[in-house]
Amino acid sequence: MEAIDPNIYRLAIFVLAIFVGYYVVWSVTPALHTPLMSVTNAISSVIIVGALLAAGAAATGLDSRFAQGTGLLAVVLASINIFGGFLVTQRMLAMYKKKERPAAAPKESGE
Amino acid sequence: MTPNFAALFYLGSGILFILALRGLSNPETARQGNYFGMAGMAIAITTTLLLLDIGFTGFIVIAGAIAVGGTIGAVIARRIAMTAMPQLVAGFHSLVGLCAVLVAAAALYAPTAFGIADEMGGLKALSLIELGIGTAIGAITFSGSVIAFMKLQGIMSGAPLVFKGQHWLNLGLGIACAVFIAFLVASGGDAKAAFWIIAVLALVLGVLLIVPIGGADMPVVVSMLNSYSGWAAAALGFTLENTALLVTGALVGSSGAILSYIMCKGMNRSFISVILGGFGGESVASAAADTGGRIVKQGSADDAAFILKNAGKVIIVPGYGMAVAQAQHALKEMGDALKAEGVDVSYAIHPVAGRMPGHMNVLLAEAQVPYDEVFELEDINSSFSQADVAFVIGANDVTNPAAEDDPSSPIYGMPVLQVWKAGTVMFIKRSLGSGYAGVENPLFFRDNTLMLLGDAKKMTESIVKGMH
Repeated sequence: MEAIDPNIYRLAIFVLAIFVGYYVVWSVTPALHTPLMSVTNAISSVIIVGALLAAGAAATGLDSRFAQGTGLLAVVLASINIFGGFLVTQRMLAMYKKKERPAAAPKESGE
Repeated sequence: MTPNFAALFYLGSGILFILALRGLSNPETARQGNYFGMAGMAIAITTTLLLLDIGFTGFIVIAGAIAVGGTIGAVIARRIAMTAMPQLVAGFHSLVGLCAVLVAAAALYAPTAFGIADEMGGLKALSLIELGIGTAIGAITFSGSVIAFMKLQGIMSGAPLVFKGQHWLNLGLGIACAVFIAFLVASGGDAKAAFWIIAVLALVLGVLLIVPIGGADMPVVVSMLNSYSGWAAAALGFTLENTALLVTGALVGSSGAILSYIMCKGMNRSFISVILGGFGGESVASAAADTGGRIVKQGSADDAAFILKNAGKVIIVPGYGMAVAQAQHALKEMGDALKAEGVDVSYAIHPVAGRMPGHMNVLLAEAQVPYDEVFELEDINSSFSQADVAFVIGANDVTNPAAEDDPSSPIYGMPVLQVWKAGTVMFIKRSLGSGYAGVENPLFFRDNTLMLLGDAKKMTESIVKGMH
């Protein structure tokens, strides 16, 4: 029998991850849909992995210089997203409070 | 680090991302979930840096790039007003889209850097297809999100921009993208021009896809672009053969798709009809509405304060107007004053209230309204009949009874909050104009409705004053 193409395995991972995503996201409470959007935004910036590889390309010619440049730019953009996304999510989540907590000054004001 | 070890670490960060989303099932676990997400990202970045052979200078340059982006991101995250979350998220989506295009370009020009080159130093046909698709979706996400950002920020009118043949043009652009992807593959990746043509066509397509969609449908657009950014990441995950990207892309893609579905259901619209657009206009609808000789009972803040104070149970229904007027803090103050009078106060949120999923919940949380006083439509709709007052602030269409009893109404069939079952309905509105959908609300003319015309924040503040 022929060996299975690794792409098939990747497809399998992808399809299974969609199913995981489907069930996990349906379990998210509607009250947290905005943090869900901001955190998915932050994690989709894992594309920074590709950007880092490009930025770290061995400079052998014009093409790889170009890849380095676009990679570096992508690293900056993805970092904005990563830091911005996680921190704004954290800021939002810190605001969700239960009833009957002491009405003392909140630790982190939204201002 | 060997590529095999790296792949295991990428898998680990993928799992941490799943846990990050899993945490959001409850506000208590959500904070922990967010840390899982951060940890996953840190692992992915560290692993990649260890794979690189860049020397000290290279490392400093990359660390500098991360620091620059990180600082910008952190400052934005700290300063952004909660009312501006929809446009912030749209803006962030655009960055993911742009990143996807840039990374795809780098992969095309220097495949060896990603370890995905074939024996000839070029890209395999399958990789090129994935790369082409990733570029197209990334570019659509980028330009579409920029348009969504401008509409939400008010730089661009929220009114739908529709012209003849628009959908055929979009279809043509989509087909052209596919043709150029085929061309790119046929050339074995040498036709770099084809790549840039795909990017440009998709950029135009992204703009054209979003301009016809009106302001009221923005929650769907924002969710949809969220989904697109995920699929773009997943496509590149295939190209770069990276598990973390694949898993994350699938998670984000399905998350956005589910949110779009929930939003469409909240409006009783099909996804297709939202995409085709042309529904819903400006946030400030036609000011001078024709009351058709019917009597509208207008009240003052003092009238409202008196009724509210003497009520036993009050349900507050916030809408986009509350966000625009930044009235959430005043509203919380009113809620506290009512509770001090012994009134039972709760909040009812319609799924599409605001400009993005969960928008109202975040604003109420910001005003320190406890989340267990805030209820979703299906959980609270049966309570309106027991309420003495339904206090509608900046919402309109989501309370329109025409959605239940008037088959000729454009919003017929949309689930609505049954505020009319309460003893008294109070509406804080700027004017008697119709809502986003351009539909008149017959509630305004009922006997038990009290219209409080004015700015939501000022009116709420005057009510609080009136209660003392």
